[in-house]
Amino acid sequence: MFRLSAQSTRKAVQRLAVQARYQSTSSAAAASSMNAKNVSLAAAGVATVGAVAYMSMETVDANMAADGLHAPVYPWDHKKNLATFDHAAIRRGYQVYKEVCAACHSLDRIAWRNLIGVSHTEAEVKAMAEEHEYKDGPNDIGDYFDRPGKPSDYMPRPYANEEQARAGNAGAYPPDLSLMIKARHGGADYVFSLLTGYQDPPAGVEIREGLNFNPYFPGGAIGMARVLYDGLIEYEDGTPATTSQMAKDVTIFLSWAAEPEMDERKKMGMKALTLLALLTGLSVYLKRHKWAGLKTRKILYNPPTPKKH
Amino acid sequence: MPVKSNNATAANKFARLGYNTIVKRNSIFLTTIFVTAFAAEMAFDSVSDRIWDNINKGRQWKDIAHKYEDN
Repeated sequence: MFRLSAQSTRKAVQRLAVQARYQSTSSAAAASSMNAKNVSLAAAGVATVGAVAYMSMETVDANMAADGLHAPVYPWDHKKNLATFDHAAIRRGYQVYKEVCAACHSLDRIAWRNLIGVSHTEAEVKAMAEEHEYKDGPNDIGDYFDRPGKPSDYMPRPYANEEQARAGNAGAYPPDLSLMIKARHGGADYVFSLLTGYQDPPAGVEIREGLNFNPYFPGGAIGMARVLYDGLIEYEDGTPATTSQMAKDVTIFLSWAAEPEMDERKKMGMKALTLLALLTGLSVYLKRHKWAGLKTRKILYNPPTPKKH
Repeated sequence: MPVKSNNATAANKFARLGYNTIVKRNSIFLTTIFVTAFAAEMAFDSVSDRIWDNINKGRQWKDIAHKYEDN
């Protein structure tokens, strides 16, 4: 009855197609598409889409100041898929951190050795670490002692503890900055906007004594005053130290501090995606090669001749 | 029933040669796989690293280190 053949015969295929056509039109009348089940399903679909659209509408509400002004998206170079950090910017940003921010903000998760091969040479890092005193001990007679820093030590803290930090900053605690870029919604865009966004409060907005107005800070009243001004520091490499330049460099430095593995991660990602794309292509080709015989087979059906009584 | 065989085609000759030298003995097969994987990884890594360094010219530490290496 069935004849599998590598060479299809047009008549046999046509016979089959004709029989299939007759089969579909001779079936019982199909159910109307307007029955209750279909209508209710369609209505449910429209209701879902409508609800999602309604909920995602960005409306104005009385608490927008509580969320902080949304920071604009800046074209950071390191945001591109295959771009590393600009290490010259990391070095300048470290200088900004050390000279401006380190007076109040700690950077607990970064050790001196993390800078080696990223923004400074080993000799430079050793010299920088030695400038700071670290408490060590106990020695063999049980005393604690001070010693100059080593690359294995972590960045020194400006305050011994949170209470001291609050006492020195009118009750506000300058947070640790090691993960600030990842910890705040908006990341690098937010931090850059915050640092460059200090302005006079708009008419009618009262900021109490001790706080400063910054539209990007949720609530609008931030404990930190504006710290970056043009010409505040002198860059080692001669770059003009404008407010936005310093803000950009320190943001890039903090981005590195929050994600020091980014360069390596992106390189590995590029290699992995290349290899996987190659192997996927190879797999598809191999599968289709093995299936070719099956995919191109023709099945010929010779219906049994009806018996004549 | 005798079947038409394709032993004489060029593709078949090379396939036969490949099979006999590399695939037939499992010890040779395994050795070839390991050596090829090692060599392919070295080649792929060096090419990718060169492409990476080209894309990020001037941005990495190795490009600015010379300014600060005094010794």
